Amino acid sequence: MTEDVRRRVISIIMEQLNVKEEACVPEAAFIDDLGADSLDIVELVMAMEDEFDMEISDDDLAKIRTIQDVIDYIDKVHG
Amino acid sequence: MKPAEMSQTNILEGKTALVTGGSRGIGRAVSLALARAGAFVYINYHSNDAAADDTYRAVTQAGFSAALLPFDVADRDQVQAGFKKIIDERGTVDILVNNAGVTRNGMFARVTDEDWRVVVDTNLTGAINCSRSALRSMIRTRWGRIITISSVVADGGNAGQVIYGAAKAGIIGFTKSLAREIASRNITVNSVSPGFIDTDMTASLPAEYREELIGQIPLGRAGSPDDVAAVVRFLASNDAAYITGQTIRVNGGLYM
Repeated sequence: MTEDVRRRVISIIMEQLNVKEEACVPEAAFIDDLGADSLDIVELVMAMEDEFDMEISDDDLAKIRTIQDVIDYIDKVHG
Repeated sequence: MKPAEMSQTNILEGKTALVTGGSRGIGRAVSLALARAGAFVYINYHSNDAAADDTYRAVTQAGFSAALLPFDVADRDQVQAGFKKIIDERGTVDILVNNAGVTRNGMFARVTDEDWRVVVDTNLTGAINCSRSALRSMIRTRWGRIITISSVVADGGNAGQVIYGAAKAGIIGFTKSLAREIASRNITVNSVSPGFIDTDMTASLPAEYREELIGQIPLGRAGSPDDVAAVVRFLASNDAAYITGQTIRVNGGLYM
Protein backbone atom coordinates (compact mmCIF):
# COMPACT_ATOMS: atom_id res chain seq x y z
CA MET A 1 0.00 0.00 0.00
CA THR A 2 1.36 3.42 -0.89
CA GLU A 3 1.71 6.06 1.79
CA ASP A 4 -0.89 8.17 -0.02
CA VAL A 5 -3.50 5.39 0.16
CA ARG A 6 -2.71 4.71 3.81
CA ARG A 7 -3.11 8.40 4.60
CA ARG A 8 -6.48 8.51 2.83
CA VAL A 9 -7.69 5.48 4.78
CA ILE A 10 -6.65 6.95 8.15
CA SER A 11 -8.14 10.31 7.23
CA ILE A 12 -11.52 8.74 6.44
CA ILE A 13 -11.44 6.79 9.73
CA MET A 14 -10.59 9.92 11.71
CA GLU A 15 -13.41 11.87 10.09
CA GLN A 16 -16.05 9.14 10.29
CA LEU A 17 -15.33 8.10 13.88
CA ASN A 18 -14.23 11.48 15.14
CA VAL A 19 -10.99 10.09 16.59
CA LYS A 20 -7.45 11.51 16.75
CA GLU A 21 -4.62 10.27 14.56
CA GLU A 22 -2.74 8.88 17.62
CA ALA A 23 -5.59 6.48 18.23
CA CYS A 24 -5.43 5.11 14.69
CA VAL A 25 -2.85 2.40 15.17
CA PRO A 26 -3.13 -0.69 12.95
CA GLU A 27 -4.32 -2.94 15.80
CA ALA A 28 -7.08 -0.52 16.85
CA ALA A 29 -10.43 -2.29 16.80
CA PHE A 30 -13.29 -0.13 15.56
CA ILE A 31 -15.87 -1.20 18.11
CA ASP A 32 -13.70 -2.04 21.12
CA ASP A 33 -11.04 0.68 20.85
CA LEU A 34 -12.44 3.48 18.68
CA GLY A 35 -15.99 3.57 20.05
CA ALA A 36 -17.74 2.76 16.79
CA ASP A 37 -21.16 1.14 16.65
CA SER A 38 -22.26 -1.20 13.86
CA LEU A 39 -23.77 1.67 11.91
CA ASP A 40 -20.46 3.56 12.11
CA ILE A 41 -18.76 0.60 10.46
CA VAL A 42 -21.35 0.52 7.68
CA GLU A 43 -20.78 4.23 7.13
CA LEU A 44 -17.03 3.78 7.20
CA VAL A 45 -17.23 1.05 4.59
CA MET A 46 -19.50 3.23 2.42
CA ALA A 47 -16.95 6.04 2.63
CA MET A 48 -14.15 3.63 1.65
CA GLU A 49 -16.26 2.31 -1.23
CA ASP A 50 -16.77 5.85 -2.51
CA GLU A 51 -13.16 6.93 -1.98
CA PHE A 52 -11.58 3.90 -3.67
CA ASP A 53 -14.39 3.22 -6.15
CA MET A 54 -14.97 -0.36 -5.07
CA GLU A 55 -17.67 -2.51 -3.50
CA ILE A 56 -17.17 -4.44 -0.29
CA SER A 57 -19.31 -7.54 0.05
CA ASP A 58 -21.21 -8.30 3.24
CA ASP A 59 -19.02 -11.35 3.83
CA ASP A 60 -15.89 -9.22 3.68
CA LEU A 61 -17.54 -6.50 5.76
CA ALA A 62 -18.22 -9.02 8.51
CA LYS A 63 -14.49 -9.79 8.75
CA ILE A 64 -13.42 -6.19 9.28
CA ARG A 65 -12.65 -5.58 12.94
CA THR A 66 -9.48 -3.47 13.05
CA ILE A 67 -7.80 -0.72 11.04
CA GLN A 68 -5.29 -3.32 9.83
CA ASP A 69 -8.20 -5.36 8.42
CA VAL A 70 -9.27 -2.38 6.31
CA ILE A 71 -5.71 -1.75 5.10
CA ASP A 72 -5.28 -5.45 4.22
CA TYR A 73 -8.59 -5.47 2.33
CA ILE A 74 -7.81 -2.38 0.27
CA ASP A 75 -4.32 -3.76 -0.43
CA LYS A 76 -5.86 -6.96 -1.72
CA VAL A 77 -8.37 -5.17 -3.96
CA HIS A 78 -6.08 -2.41 -5.16
CA GLY A 79 -2.94 -4.49 -5.47
CA MET B 1 -46.30 38.19 5.50
CA LYS B 2 -47.59 37.36 8.98
CA PRO B 3 -45.37 34.96 10.99
CA ALA B 4 -48.02 32.19 10.84
CA GLU B 5 -48.08 32.34 7.05
CA MET B 6 -44.31 32.29 6.83
CA SER B 7 -44.15 29.12 8.89
CA GLN B 8 -46.45 27.30 6.46
CA THR B 9 -44.77 28.10 3.16
CA ASN B 10 -41.39 26.75 2.16
CA ILE B 11 -41.09 24.44 5.15
CA LEU B 12 -39.29 22.02 2.83
CA GLU B 13 -37.19 24.64 1.07
CA GLY B 14 -33.93 23.20 -0.24
CA LYS B 15 -34.96 19.57 0.22
CA THR B 16 -35.01 16.94 -2.51
CA ALA B 17 -37.89 14.48 -2.39
CA LEU B 18 -38.73 11.31 -4.27
CA VAL B 19 -42.36 10.18 -4.40
CA THR B 20 -42.85 6.70 -5.82
CA GLY B 21 -46.11 6.15 -7.65
CA GLY B 22 -46.32 9.91 -7.73
CA SER B 23 -48.36 10.32 -10.88
CA ARG B 24 -51.84 9.52 -9.58
CA GLY B 25 -54.04 9.44 -6.51
CA ILE B 26 -52.35 9.90 -3.16
CA GLY B 27 -48.90 10.06 -4.81
CA ARG B 28 -49.99 12.93 -7.03
CA ALA B 29 -51.37 14.87 -4.07
CA VAL B 30 -48.16 14.21 -2.12
CA SER B 31 -46.00 15.37 -5.05
CA LEU B 32 -47.98 18.61 -5.23
CA ALA B 33 -47.95 19.16 -1.47
CA LEU B 34 -44.20 18.64 -1.11
CA ALA B 35 -43.46 20.84 -4.12
CA ARG B 36 -45.71 23.60 -2.80
CA ALA B 37 -43.75 23.43 0.45
CA GLY B 38 -40.55 24.18 -1.45
CA ALA B 39 -39.07 20.75 -2.09
CA PHE B 40 -37.71 19.65 -5.45
CA VAL B 41 -39.85 16.60 -6.19
CA TYR B 42 -38.89 13.63 -8.33
CA ILE B 43 -42.17 12.10 -9.47
CA ASN B 44 -41.60 8.40 -9.95
CA TYR B 45 -44.10 6.27 -11.84
CA HIS B 46 -44.18 2.96 -13.61
CA SER B 47 -46.08 3.13 -16.86
CA ASN B 48 -48.83 5.75 -16.97
CA ASP B 49 -46.98 8.42 -18.98
CA ALA B 50 -50.08 10.55 -19.51
CA ALA B 51 -50.91 10.78 -15.81
CA ALA B 52 -47.28 11.45 -14.97
CA ASP B 53 -47.04 14.26 -17.52
CA ASP B 54 -50.25 15.74 -16.14
CA THR B 55 -48.93 15.73 -12.58
CA TYR B 56 -45.59 17.16 -13.71
CA ARG B 57 -47.36 20.01 -15.49
CA ALA B 58 -49.62 20.64 -12.51
CA VAL B 59 -46.55 21.11 -10.31
CA THR B 60 -44.39 23.13 -12.67
CA GLN B 61 -47.08 25.37 -14.11
CA ALA B 62 -47.89 26.44 -10.56
CA GLY B 63 -44.28 27.57 -10.34
CA PHE B 64 -42.82 24.69 -8.30
CA SER B 65 -39.96 22.31 -9.05
CA ALA B 66 -40.20 18.72 -10.17
CA ALA B 67 -38.83 16.11 -12.55
CA LEU B 68 -40.26 12.86 -13.86
CA LEU B 69 -38.33 9.71 -12.95
CA PRO B 70 -39.92 6.51 -14.18
CA PHE B 71 -38.69 3.18 -12.86
CA ASP B 72 -40.14 -0.03 -11.49
CA VAL B 73 -39.72 0.05 -7.70
CA ALA B 74 -39.67 -3.76 -7.62
CA ASP B 75 -36.58 -3.88 -9.88
CA ARG B 76 -33.46 -3.30 -7.78
CA ASP B 77 -31.27 -2.32 -10.75
CA GLN B 78 -33.80 0.25 -11.96
CA VAL B 79 -34.10 1.66 -8.44
CA GLN B 80 -30.32 2.03 -8.10
CA ALA B 81 -30.11 3.72 -11.51
CA GLY B 82 -32.92 6.09 -10.54
CA PHE B 83 -31.27 7.08 -7.28
CA LYS B 84 -27.92 7.55 -9.00
CA LYS B 85 -29.61 10.06 -11.31
CA ILE B 86 -31.02 11.99 -8.35
CA ILE B 87 -27.65 12.06 -6.57
CA ASP B 88 -25.87 13.15 -9.77
CA GLU B 89 -28.38 15.96 -10.32
CA ARG B 90 -29.20 17.10 -6.80
CA GLY B 91 -26.50 15.63 -4.53
CA THR B 92 -28.88 14.12 -1.97
CA VAL B 93 -32.22 12.42 -1.43
CA ASP B 94 -33.67 13.99 1.71
CA ILE B 95 -37.26 12.79 1.68
CA LEU B 96 -38.47 9.43 0.40
CA VAL B 97 -42.20 8.77 0.15
CA ASN B 98 -42.81 5.08 -0.57
CA ASN B 99 -46.26 5.41 -2.06
CA ALA B 100 -46.21 3.05 -5.05
CA GLY B 101 -48.83 0.43 -4.44
CA VAL B 102 -51.23 -1.89 -6.21
CA THR B 103 -53.94 -4.22 -5.04
CA ARG B 104 -55.34 -7.45 -6.46
CA ASN B 105 -58.62 -7.93 -4.72
CA GLY B 106 -60.30 -11.29 -4.52
CA MET B 107 -60.88 -14.25 -2.29
CA PHE B 108 -57.73 -15.67 -0.73
CA ALA B 109 -58.90 -19.18 -1.62
CA ARG B 110 -58.54 -18.15 -5.28
CA VAL B 111 -55.32 -16.14 -5.08
CA THR B 112 -52.66 -16.83 -7.71
CA ASP B 113 -48.85 -16.77 -7.52
CA GLU B 114 -48.94 -13.76 -9.81
CA ASP B 115 -51.32 -11.85 -7.49
CA TRP B 116 -48.99 -12.53 -4.59
CA ARG B 117 -45.86 -11.55 -6.50
CA VAL B 118 -47.23 -8.31 -7.94
CA VAL B 119 -48.78 -7.03 -4.71
CA VAL B 120 -45.83 -7.88 -2.46
CA ASP B 121 -43.23 -6.71 -5.01
CA THR B 122 -44.77 -3.30 -5.55
CA ASN B 123 -45.99 -2.50 -2.05
CA LEU B 124 -43.36 -4.05 0.20
CA THR B 125 -40.27 -4.95 -1.85
CA GLY B 126 -40.55 -1.62 -3.65
CA ALA B 127 -40.49 0.29 -0.39
CA ILE B 128 -37.51 -1.72 0.80
CA ASN B 129 -35.56 -1.27 -2.45
CA CYS B 130 -36.06 2.48 -2.41
CA SER B 131 -35.31 2.82 1.29
CA ARG B 132 -32.02 0.96 0.91
CA SER B 133 -30.89 3.38 -1.77
CA ALA B 134 -32.15 6.46 0.01
CA LEU B 135 -30.37 5.53 3.23
CA ARG B 136 -26.95 5.80 1.64
CA SER B 137 -27.53 9.48 1.02
CA MET B 138 -29.41 10.19 4.25
CA ILE B 139 -26.76 8.54 6.43
CA ARG B 140 -24.11 10.68 4.78
CA THR B 141 -25.98 13.95 5.24
CA ARG B 142 -27.25 13.01 8.70
CA TRP B 143 -30.81 14.05 7.78
CA GLY B 144 -33.64 12.04 6.31
CA ARG B 145 -37.34 11.33 6.16
CA ILE B 146 -38.63 7.95 5.05
CA ILE B 147 -42.43 7.91 4.87
CA THR B 148 -44.19 4.81 3.64
CA ILE B 149 -47.88 4.53 2.82
CA SER B 150 -49.56 1.66 4.59
CA SER B 151 -53.35 1.15 4.71
CA VAL B 152 -56.34 0.74 7.02
CA VAL B 153 -56.40 -2.79 5.62
CA ALA B 154 -53.16 -3.45 7.56
CA ASP B 155 -54.71 -2.03 10.75
CA GLY B 156 -58.04 -3.83 10.75
CA GLY B 157 -57.98 -6.34 7.91
CA ASN B 158 -60.42 -6.50 5.04
CA ALA B 159 -61.95 -9.59 3.44
CA GLY B 160 -60.88 -9.77 -0.18
CA GLN B 161 -57.58 -8.03 0.48
CA VAL B 162 -55.50 -10.66 2.21
CA ILE B 163 -52.30 -10.19 0.19
CA TYR B 164 -52.61 -6.42 0.17
CA GLY B 165 -53.16 -6.48 3.93
CA ALA B 166 -50.11 -8.68 4.42
CA ALA B 167 -47.89 -6.38 2.35
CA LYS B 168 -49.20 -3.20 3.97
CA ALA B 169 -48.83 -4.66 7.46
CA GLY B 170 -45.26 -5.58 6.52
CA ILE B 171 -44.66 -1.88 6.03
CA ILE B 172 -45.60 -1.15 9.64
CA GLY B 173 -43.06 -3.66 10.99
CA PHE B 174 -40.45 -2.40 8.52
CA THR B 175 -41.09 1.18 9.66
CA LYS B 176 -40.65 0.40 13.35
CA SER B 177 -37.47 -1.65 12.99
CA LEU B 178 -35.77 0.74 10.60
CA ALA B 179 -36.77 3.69 12.78
CA ARG B 180 -34.90 2.13 15.73
CA GLU B 181 -31.89 1.21 13.67
CA ILE B 182 -31.30 4.50 11.94
CA ALA B 183 -32.47 7.12 14.45
CA SER B 184 -28.93 7.96 15.58
CA ARG B 185 -28.34 9.43 12.12
CA ASN B 186 -31.20 11.95 12.44
CA ILE B 187 -33.35 9.98 10.03
CA THR B 188 -37.00 9.46 10.94
CA VAL B 189 -39.00 6.55 9.54
CA ASN B 190 -42.78 6.67 9.71
CA SER B 191 -45.78 5.38 7.89
CA VAL B 192 -49.12 6.91 7.02
CA SER B 193 -52.11 4.59 6.99
CA PRO B 194 -54.94 5.95 4.84
CA GLY B 195 -58.52 4.75 5.16
CA PHE B 196 -61.05 4.90 2.37
CA ILE B 197 -59.69 7.53 -0.02
CA ASP B 198 -61.20 8.65 -3.34
CA THR B 199 -58.66 7.54 -5.97
CA ASP B 200 -58.50 5.28 -9.03
CA MET B 201 -57.95 2.38 -6.67
CA THR B 202 -61.35 2.86 -5.02
CA ALA B 203 -63.26 4.42 -7.92
CA SER B 204 -64.53 1.13 -9.26
CA LEU B 205 -66.23 0.06 -6.04
CA PRO B 206 -69.97 -0.62 -6.46
CA ALA B 207 -72.19 2.19 -5.14
CA GLU B 208 -73.90 0.09 -2.45
CA TYR B 209 -70.54 -1.06 -1.08
CA ARG B 210 -69.31 2.51 -1.01
CA GLU B 211 -72.47 3.66 0.84
CA GLU B 212 -72.06 0.90 3.40
CA LEU B 213 -68.40 1.73 3.94
CA ILE B 214 -69.07 5.43 4.42
CA GLY B 215 -71.70 4.47 6.96
CA GLN B 216 -68.87 3.01 9.05
CA ILE B 217 -66.76 6.15 8.94
CA PRO B 218 -67.40 8.46 11.91
CA LEU B 219 -66.55 11.58 9.89
CA GLY B 220 -69.12 10.46 7.32
CA ARG B 221 -67.15 10.80 4.09
CA ALA B 222 -64.42 9.24 2.00
CA GLY B 223 -61.04 10.91 2.40
CA SER B 224 -59.37 12.93 -0.30
CA PRO B 225 -55.77 12.42 -1.43
CA ASP B 226 -55.05 15.90 -0.02
CA ASP B 227 -56.11 14.69 3.45
CA VAL B 228 -53.30 12.14 3.29
CA ALA B 229 -50.78 14.41 1.57
CA ALA B 230 -51.06 17.02 4.32
CA VAL B 231 -49.89 14.46 6.88
CA VAL B 232 -47.03 13.30 4.67
CA ARG B 233 -45.91 16.91 4.25
CA PHE B 234 -46.00 17.39 8.02
CA LEU B 235 -43.92 14.24 8.62
CA ALA B 236 -41.38 15.44 6.06
CA SER B 237 -40.96 18.75 7.84
CA ASN B 238 -38.81 19.78 10.79
CA ASP B 239 -41.99 20.10 12.87
CA ALA B 240 -42.07 16.29 12.95
CA ALA B 241 -38.44 15.90 13.99
CA TYR B 242 -39.38 14.06 17.20
CA ILE B 243 -41.74 11.59 15.52
CA THR B 244 -40.32 8.26 14.42
CA GLY B 245 -41.46 4.64 14.15
CA GLN B 246 -45.07 5.78 14.09
CA THR B 247 -48.02 4.94 11.90
CA ILE B 248 -50.29 7.94 11.52
CA ARG B 249 -53.78 6.86 10.59
CA VAL B 250 -55.75 9.13 8.26
CA ASN B 251 -59.09 7.40 8.00
CA GLY B 252 -61.91 9.60 9.32
CA GLY B 253 -62.18 7.30 12.33
CA LEU B 254 -62.77 4.12 10.30
CA TYR B 255 -60.24 2.33 12.50
CA MET B 256 -59.00 3.55 15.86
